[in-house]
Amino acid sequence: MIFREKYRRSRGGIVLSKLDDVINWARSNSFWPTFATSCCGIEYMAVAGAKYDFSRFGFEVARASPRQADVIIIAGTIVNKMGPVLKRLYDQMGDPKYVIAMGACAISGGPFFYNTYSVVKGADHIIPVDVYVAGCPPRPEALLHALISLQEKIKKGLTREQIKSGNE
Amino acid sequence: MLEEIGTTTEGDLIINVGPQHPATHGVLHLVITLNGETIKKVEPHLGYIHRSIEKMCESLTYRQFIYVTSRMDYLSAHINNHACALCVEKGMQVEVPERAQVIRVIMDELTRIASHELWWGAMAMDIGAFTPFFHAFREREKINEIMEETCGARLTMNYYVPGGLMADLHPDFQKKVKAFITLFKNKIDEYDELITGNIIFINRMKGVGFLSKEDAVSFGCTGPSGRGSGLSCDIRKLYPYAVYDKVQFDEILETDGDSLARYMVRIREMKQSIRIIEQLIDNIPEGDFQAKTKAVLKLPKGEFYTRVETARGELGVYIVSEGATTPYRIKFRSPGFSNLSALDTMARGGKLGDLVAMMGTLDLVIPDIDR
Repeated sequence: MIFREKYRRSRGGIVLSKLDDVINWARSNSFWPTFATSCCGIEYMAVAGAKYDFSRFGFEVARASPRQADVIIIAGTIVNKMGPVLKRLYDQMGDPKYVIAMGACAISGGPFFYNTYSVVKGADHIIPVDVYVAGCPPRPEALLHALISLQEKIKKGLTREQIKSGNE
Repeated sequence: MLEEIGTTTEGDLIINVGPQHPATHGVLHLVITLNGETIKKVEPHLGYIHRSIEKMCESLTYRQFIYVTSRMDYLSAHINNHACALCVEKGMQVEVPERAQVIRVIMDELTRIASHELWWGAMAMDIGAFTPFFHAFREREKINEIMEETCGARLTMNYYVPGGLMADLHPDFQKKVKAFITLFKNKIDEYDELITGNIIFINRMKGVGFLSKEDAVSFGCTGPSGRGSGLSCDIRKLYPYAVYDKVQFDEILETDGDSLARYMVRIREMKQSIRIIEQLIDNIPEGDFQAKTKAVLKLPKGEFYTRVETARGELGVYIVSEGATTPYRIKFRSPGFSNLSALDTMARGGKLGDLVAMMGTLDLVIPDIDR
């Protein structure tokens, strides 16, 4: 009886967890990124270029519209006027959605932390962030590392979205 | 039809481009009034990346405020720094060593090439060709490597300080720059083969976004956008700074005033930049790379203005000093802002599909416009 109960449970469990793994694997290897505001956007373009080439890891399809994208890379400063726009962009994205804060400005305001009247001191005041990349601007390798870290998080089922959906 | 242009009537279509749109190269918001497919009016809305840099500078010392200006026009970071360093040096009446001046000019020209390359790739991507982007970034990485060795950064260098340079050159600098020049001369021809002579490209660019010389003057267009309309406005020629009066180069002028003219100005300017670097790279004088300055800089009471030629046009720095360690007021005259104001005149009467080509050849950097 105990054996049967255990067998029944594990059988259900196996199918579900494997399917989750497959979904996570598929999600983590086909990121479609979007969004750049300022200087970090140039390093983001450099990562898309031939030398660093992020398409090796499946991030190739950079999208103009947030509707088609999976991950927002906040590459640049967010100012007060841009804040509501960023929120709207995030809301427009379909689930699952992830956010990378690239560079000091998106993390905390960075070089524009003191004595400014218009800069949002960190994009996580507006939308939740999964991975932070330090630097002003970060090196292309740093952005690649961030994207791969996000992949690993997704594969382990540890991202904000997945923890939330797991609780539901 | 033509007299209607510039007015809004019933039945007009008003569409918003941006603030998040790849063709705006940042976060520019355009409100476009259309009659069918014909553009009647383009209204740029600014401020989506206004970081209050001018206000910040008032609370930073003369050594500190230079680093913020790298983030203004980040594609010509060196040249922005140069403008600020020149202005502070003018106020303090410091003589910059010859070695520093020559290195500054070489760095400025390398930055100009890198900036024009990025423009070339991005503009081609805007009008639908994806391959040039990879070609441009391949060569741009080479410049980034050279910069990184000497300055320690790839994009926002902060290499110039009031009185000279932050550090001396890397020992490999001259060798690598020479290797880059040899490589890049062939690559410009490759660029020409890939795009410049392409009939599809010429059809997209020729006669699109016409800007007359009078309009260029009245809007204050400078840089390649002004020179494409035949307006002689190269600050390096008109008001030489550093060692630009000692090197041979031509001011590139095209008279057509359309997108193709502005494109050709930039392509030909890259060749002139190579010419300048070639003259200087073997003749870097020995000596100090920095003049002796006090640890805490104070400018005398007064107003100081300097201007330089960035990759986008004339950048002016205006400092009002009250004799303290921080400026009382700083104003930047950024080239992008004036160039953008001409977009409405250029676009009126044109087609919506051509707007991207016009914006591409204006080479806008939005943080430079908003500051």
